[in-house]
Formats: sequence, C-alpha cells, structure tokens
Amino acid sequence: MVAVDGLELDVRPGECFGLLGPNGAGKTTTIEICEGLTPADSGEVELLGMRWDAHAGELRQRLGIQLQETQLSEKLTVMETVRLFRSFFRQGPETSEVIGLVHLEEKRNSRVGGLSGGQKQRLALACALVGNPDFLFLDEPTTGLDPQARRQLWELIEQFKLAGRTILLTTHYMDEAERLCDRVAIMDHGKVIALGTPRELIASIGVEHMVEFAAGTVAKALEVAALRRIEGVRDLRAENGNVQMQVTELHRAVPALLDELSRQGVPLTELRTHSASLEDVFVTLTGRHLRDE
Amino acid sequence: MSKEAVSATGLADHPLVQLTLMRFREFVREPEAIFWVFIFPILLAAGLGIAFRNRPPEVLGIAAVTPELAQSLRREKLLDVRQLSSDAAAEALRTGKVVLLAEPGPGGAVVYRYDDTNPEGRAAHMLADRAIQRAAGRVDPVASSERLMREPGSRYIDFLIPGLLGMNLMGSAIWGMGFAIVDARRKKLIKRLVATPMPRSYYLMSFGLSRLVLLWVEVAVVLGFGMLFFGVPLRGSLFDLSVLCVLGSMSFCALGLLIAARARTIEAASGLMNLVMMPMWIVSGVFFSAQRFPDVVQPAIKALPLTAAIDGLRAIMLQSANLVQLATQLAILGAWLIVCFTLAMRLFRWR
Repeated sequence: MVAVDGLELDVRPGECFGLLGPNGAGKTTTIEICEGLTPADSGEVELLGMRWDAHAGELRQRLGIQLQETQLSEKLTVMETVRLFRSFFRQGPETSEVIGLVHLEEKRNSRVGGLSGGQKQRLALACALVGNPDFLFLDEPTTGLDPQARRQLWELIEQFKLAGRTILLTTHYMDEAERLCDRVAIMDHGKVIALGTPRELIASIGVEHMVEFAAGTVAKALEVAALRRIEGVRDLRAENGNVQMQVTELHRAVPALLDELSRQGVPLTELRTHSASLEDVFVTLTGRHLRDE
Repeated sequence: MSKEAVSATGLADHPLVQLTLMRFREFVREPEAIFWVFIFPILLAAGLGIAFRNRPPEVLGIAAVTPELAQSLRREKLLDVRQLSSDAAAEALRTGKVVLLAEPGPGGAVVYRYDDTNPEGRAAHMLADRAIQRAAGRVDPVASSERLMREPGSRYIDFLIPGLLGMNLMGSAIWGMGFAIVDARRKKLIKRLVATPMPRSYYLMSFGLSRLVLLWVEVAVVLGFGMLFFGVPLRGSLFDLSVLCVLGSMSFCALGLLIAARARTIEAASGLMNLVMMPMWIVSGVFFSAQRFPDVVQPAIKALPLTAAIDGLRAIMLQSANLVQLATQLAILGAWLIVCFTLAMRLFRWR
C-alpha cells in the first residue's frame, strides 16, 4: 500500500510548516519518514544538512519529536518522565525548566495517568523539547483536545516559533494551520495538492468571502440562475435549500442578494458570511470538506 | 556508556539508570505485580507446606470399662483412653468415637472389641495388647530401639521450596518482560523512545538491570519463608546460590525478551508465555520429581532452563553442591541466555 507518493517538500530554517489534510491523507506517514521512523521505499530526506543513513545518531540529538497518540508511562510522575527523556540528550535545559516551559509546574509530582488530555499533550511537548532541538516535529498536536486546551497549546507553539525553531506540524484543523503555519502543504490521498502561505492559498481560489444562507419553504423554487448573475458572485452551490456562494465584494453582494431574494419572495431563515479559509481552499480543490470522514 | 552524559548531569541521569528507574517504578507502583511476585509464592509455599506437612503420630481413641484396664492402657502414650460404662463404651465404639473397646472377660482375660478391617482398629489392638501385657509383667525377649526420620532436608517442603524458587525466577522474569514490553509497544512508547537518541540496547538492558535488583528481594522472601517457618536447610554456600539465581534469572529474561520480541497485543504475548511456561511447570520438577517421566524424554527435560535451575537450586540447598558440580546446569542456562538474547535482538520489533 502506498500512503504517500511523489512528495517534494522544502521546509525553510526558522519557519513553521504545516501538513494539512483529512485523516488518511498521508500526513503521519510523511512526517514519520522525515523523522526516520518509517523507511521510505524511495526518495531522500535531508535534515539540517544531514541524512538518516549516515548521521542518525547526530540527527536524533537535534530533533524534537512528538508522535501522534503516544501514551507515556502512566505510573511515572511528570518530573520523572521529563527527566527520563532528558537523560537521552547530550545537552538541553534542566528538567524543571522544560516543565516550566509547558506550564506543568503544579503537576510536576503528579502521575501521568492522572493528567488531563491537554496536560498529557503538553507533557509530550516537553519530552520533545528536552534536547533543545533545532527542528521540532509535531504530529497532530491538538487532536482530541477541548478548545481551551488547544488555544493553550497554540500559544506554546507560537513561543517556540518566536525562539527561531523550525517546526513541521501536521493537522486536520484548518484554523490551526492558518494560525500557526508560515507555509502550508495541503495533502489529499498521499499527494500535495496545494502549497504556499495560508494567505496565498486562500487568494489562489480568487475569492475573499463566503456567503451561506438557508431559505424558508416557499411555493415556488429558488431561481438559482438569477443568484449567479449577482455582481461579484464567483461560484455557487445549492443543496437542500442551503446555498453557499463565493463572493469577491461582500458589501455589494449581500445587499444585491437580499434584493433578489425579496423580489423572488423567498424568506431567509439563516444568513452567514465568513472570510475565505483554508477549509474553502480544500473544498474548492477536492469538492470535499476536510472533516468529512 | 556515553561519557558526556555522565559528566554533564551525573550518574543518576545516565540513560541506563533512568530507564532502569522507570522499570523499577512501574513495577513497585503496580500493586498486582507485587502480589504475584512476592505474596503469591509465599501463599503457595505455606499452603503446600501445611498440606504435606509431616503430621505428629496419631493418637488413637479407645475405651475401657474398668479402672484397672484403663490404668494399664494409659501407660501407652499413643492411646487416648477413656473409661466408660459398658453401654456407653459400646455406643462410642459403634459411632466411631473410639476405635477399640477393652473389657474384662471370663477368668481374668481381656476382651478387645474392634473392627479388624479398620487399620486404626488393628493398630489400637496391637498397642493396647502390648500395654496390657507389659503392665501384667511381660518382658520382651529381644531388646529394640527406634530412630525417627524427621530431620529437615528429606521432607516434601524441602523438595518444594527450591522448586518454587525456580518457578518464581522464571515467572517474574518472563511475565515482567513480556507484559511490560508488549504494553509499551501497544502504547507506542517504544516507538517514542527510539525517536530519541536513546541507545536501543539500553532499553533492553534496563529490564535485566531492574530484574537484578528485584531478584534479591524475591529470592530472600521465598527462601527466608522456607527457612524460618519450615526449617528448610541451605547446606551449600549462599554465594553459589546467588550466582545460580542471577544466571537463571537472566536466562529467563532473555526468554521473556524473545517471547515479547514481536507480539503487538497482550493477548498474543500471554498465549505465548503460557505456551512456554506451562510445560515447564509440569515437567521441570517444581512440585514433583522430573524423574517420574519416561527415560526417553529425560534428556529433553534436562535441557529445559527451569529444570536446570531447579536441579541446581536443590543440589545447592539440600546436597551442599558447589558450582563446579553444577557445570552442566550452568552451561544449559548460559546457552539459553545467549541463544534467546541473540534471537530476540534480531527479531525485536521497535515500533
């Protein structure tokens, strides 16, 4: 089975690079090939000017890795866990310093088994940071966390960005990629289907805003063709009375839409607008939503 | 060992020390593991020791219907004599409360009433008659004396304790390795560890090291219990016993490592562990002598690591053998250690 095929990526020093895609897109396979944990059938990985076959020992000293779904030993305390991981690296910050970095001071003597999901994830991050890595790999760092825990983790990752570390992260949350990543590769079915800064990618679909509305039940059907003729409407999808429109100029398109709906005698039950996001990029490129499982 | 790691952060922060500490903490913080390794063998030894203990000679209850008879019979210490009326004595005999009834017969004779198909009745008859005859002045023509065989070393418990010790060495090593490794693999902890610069051999060595520490406690618990409560002897040297225990434990660790080398689930590993250990529990002479099996299979039984360990332990404890006399057993254990460890290193699944 081929999970990833013909991938060419170039992560620049000091940037945060995101692999964004739905589950099964090949993100984890890609990052684990980079981490030297999964051998690639073909191709080359070069990190910090080194290669896995020649410099594995040195590379391991300089990489910080967080795997998806690692369960650290539940019987150990936070302190003991970080100290264990610290012992593998030649150099790096003190155990207590790393625990401070991820804000787990209060939990330092708690068993890992008693931590919340967010705390466990921060501990996993601490274990990735003990060697003061030049390059940080984060595989789905916030999957399964509640919104508050996610925001906490984002703040931590932003601090490491400011410290000038290179980060490669995978995520299937488009808001996470937009917020954290300098550049994003959108993956689907083992291939990169778009690559660039979040801003570039959003601009590439040629729309700035999305307008969604739901129409109430009326005697005659909605005249979709008339909606398409509204100025600034680029694309339009209608299904089950829900209509999604890509528009360039929100301030012109919305009044025109309201006029047209009242002319047709269609009552609005819902109206939403948002700026175009990476989600819309993915939908535009694949016709599917990121979260469709 | 990496010099830099030692000089940078001190010996306590050497990866091997930290990994061993992890193993150690995981073990002592698991109450169930403590039970199976320390408490269970004691319960087993206590239960079997009591079940197969050498009982004191049984005292037989008999009845006598006259004070004179009762007085003569009470000189025999193995008889518990009750003086009862004729009716009460007959009733006691019928209901089995006494096994023999002595009553005066015609002309100064003594009549014994008992069930001659009951061994206790026959024994009571011989003892009672001897007591009556001696009380009446009989002198035995041949002088005799008795020497009782009850000294430590020849009882079942003396046979059992080395067997349990060997079984415990095997169980704690194989279970300890097997479950811990498969659990760490299932939780992706092994994968996470190999994503660090940790030398892989340290990970495997840490299991052996933590075993070497726990081993002393386990051996002391079982041995101490046997010696203290049952007076089981340790006739050979403690040093020889220690060497044998260490080598045995390391061989079983290597076997455990091999069993856990590829398994991904606890179920698969448990099955394999039982498959390996169960036959040895039966044929290696834990509870009864391995000699009971046919001669044809003896060489195969002798080649098993548990047989070698238990034979060695028994020889040291009961026959004060030394290590030179146990060269065969040590060689067998050493071979298992090397072969299993080499294979395990090749087969080990690191993810």
